[in-house]
Amino acid sequence: MASQLPAEFNVDVDHEKCRKCKRCVMNCSFSAIEFKDKVIPNNRLCVACHRCATFCPENAITIRENPLDYKDGYNWSPEIRKNILKQAESGGIILIGMGNPKPYPIYWDHMLIDACQVTNPSIDPLREPMELRTYLGAKPESLWFDGENGNISLRTELAPQVKLDIPIVFAAMSYGAISLNAHKALAMAARRMGTLMNTGEGGLHEDLAGYTDRIIVQVASGRFGVTSKYLNNSALVEIKIGQGAKPGIGGHLPGEKVGEDISKTRMIPVGTDALSPAPHHDIYSIEDLSQLIYAIKETTDYKKPVSVKIAAVHNVAAIASGIVRAGADIVMIDGFRGGTGAAPMIIRDHVGIPIELALAAVDDRLRQEGIRNRASILVGGSIRQSADVVKAIALGADACVIGTASLIAMGCRVCQKCYTGNCAWGIATQKPELVRRLNPEIGADRLCNLLSAWGHEIQEVLGSLGINAIESLRGSRERLRGVGLNQETLDILGIKHAGIGQ
Amino acid sequence: MKIDAKGMHYRQLNKMIRDAVASGEKEFELDNVGGQRYIGAGMNENVKITINGTPGNDLGAFMNGPRVIVNANAQDGIANTMNAGEIIVHGNVGDIIGYGMRGGKLYIKGDAGYRVGIHMKEYKKQIPVIIAGGTAGDFFGEYMAGGIMILLGMNGKSPLVGDYVGTGMHGGVMYIRGKVDPYHLGKEVCCLELSEEDTKLISGYLKEFCDCFNFEFNEIMKEKFTKLVPLSLRPYGNLYVY
Repeated sequence: MASQLPAEFNVDVDHEKCRKCKRCVMNCSFSAIEFKDKVIPNNRLCVACHRCATFCPENAITIRENPLDYKDGYNWSPEIRKNILKQAESGGIILIGMGNPKPYPIYWDHMLIDACQVTNPSIDPLREPMELRTYLGAKPESLWFDGENGNISLRTELAPQVKLDIPIVFAAMSYGAISLNAHKALAMAARRMGTLMNTGEGGLHEDLAGYTDRIIVQVASGRFGVTSKYLNNSALVEIKIGQGAKPGIGGHLPGEKVGEDISKTRMIPVGTDALSPAPHHDIYSIEDLSQLIYAIKETTDYKKPVSVKIAAVHNVAAIASGIVRAGADIVMIDGFRGGTGAAPMIIRDHVGIPIELALAAVDDRLRQEGIRNRASILVGGSIRQSADVVKAIALGADACVIGTASLIAMGCRVCQKCYTGNCAWGIATQKPELVRRLNPEIGADRLCNLLSAWGHEIQEVLGSLGINAIESLRGSRERLRGVGLNQETLDILGIKHAGIGQ
Repeated sequence: MKIDAKGMHYRQLNKMIRDAVASGEKEFELDNVGGQRYIGAGMNENVKITINGTPGNDLGAFMNGPRVIVNANAQDGIANTMNAGEIIVHGNVGDIIGYGMRGGKLYIKGDAGYRVGIHMKEYKKQIPVIIAGGTAGDFFGEYMAGGIMILLGMNGKSPLVGDYVGTGMHGGVMYIRGKVDPYHLGKEVCCLELSEEDTKLISGYLKEFCDCFNFEFNEIMKEKFTKLVPLSLRPYGNLYVY
């Protein structure tokens, strides 16, 4: 069936400027530029990944949204009309990559941070110690000591802890969804910055064996590449129940992407689909979850913290309480704006709740039940800037995870075509000629720069708040105020409206 | 090493076993086992564990080498994500056995519960094998991606297997002794007759199975088997549009 869909973008080539070096043709991984005596774009295939424009030495390429106007209609937006055309032509579920782009409220942007003035002094982070270190893992209710006369030892047995030099962890992205070079860059950056990367559910490539103390290994419903060695060679183990971009549904790495190397890492034959079922079929209750948590603890001799990752859904607080009571050392909550390599658009754009509200609800619930100390809270699902990290920690998080932000740092242009495997920036692809485009060393440098910059910014904010450690900010909601939020939202977030003092 | 597990918490029992393995112990006999979970979990050494009594859930989870013999019934989650080794159960077993199993053998004398061999997969020479001498419940081999499952129905119970056999199956093979009514089958599987190679393949495993439980090999082979394979290696390949 011939497609009636108009092109999304127009690629304009300034032939006056163009000196026919064909660099754009070589760089376009979506075959949207041809050369026939001159550079000829095929607008239909352009995804606005900017690769050609970035590498054009003459700045001769401009990519614009196709200005084709639809007959005005607020209700029947062009996007909805295009989706209907697409489905009328194919009969398929619309698949999409990256996080939810819809204009839902972003609560981070409706929260403002306090600062010291006159009566309590602020601290200059450039000249005074400013601590960003934190520890992930269950904390004891009390500490007991033995000994006397200065010869004191700790009697309380501590649960395993993982030290983070900065409260920002790289999010779970599997080898398969992203390239090995991207994984290497994340692992190197995690080592250098004293933080962690996360394998996602695709197993751990043997080239990353030297980084295992900086790696969260994931156990998802497909159990790809999960062995006792994999579980033991890790900083901590994460059971993936859900993902913010696609709560309640499974995953599906198409067979085309399962080449020799992925096959080896996931431990499945070359070319077969890697299907992750929607649920873990051994987990239908909190008791079952507890069973898997302790199966992992037995396998790792109780030396690794076990995290449970869930998507933020309506009943998230009660679920998180169950997870903590099931024995998890860390609860990772992924908000509805979280990224994905591929998800049905209907799920990504319409299922789940914002991370800000989920985090506030979970932290509240665990405090009310007196079990907040029993697990660390990690949050993700669109942490875009250091201010989001500060606000999340003030709402009660122990640390944040960044996925999309880390990809953007490595070159991602958020064109949302991750599922095609054609990523022009060598990130969400397995094609060797594209993967080569991402130099892991440079990727790691860019990631370290981003984290260093955010670290400095967080220190600046802590200084202005008059505190000198990130742990002093945790759950300090008194230091946040809401703007333009209704009373119910303020109550859920547990903050006052701006203008209200102490 | 002999351990009386009566009234012992699983954590204590498993630690005793782990510590003994670390100091070179090769053979264990666990008496009075009553529901202790995770026996053999994550163990990489080639040890032999004989269990007298009923072990608890997740027996041999993430296991990678040991040979475990259960002289009684066993419960749920046996061989969960198991990589290598053998588990031989002289009785019936519960639900979700062999979930995500990637290698090794699981031989059951009697019946198995629901969801046997879900998402079982194989990788090169690692081909997991599950054989049950009796019947099995619903969702036998759901999402199956690799490996071999054989169901014998030697106790004459009916039906041989529950509903939704092989739903979402996209790899591996099942051999069921006798006929399976089509309404029991998932949409993604088809029935075939056994080839000579199939017969040769299952004979090897079945002879081993017979040795474990004193079944008569010729008796087993008297009945015709049904072979079940996936219709497609990509059952959901055409579901999406970009």
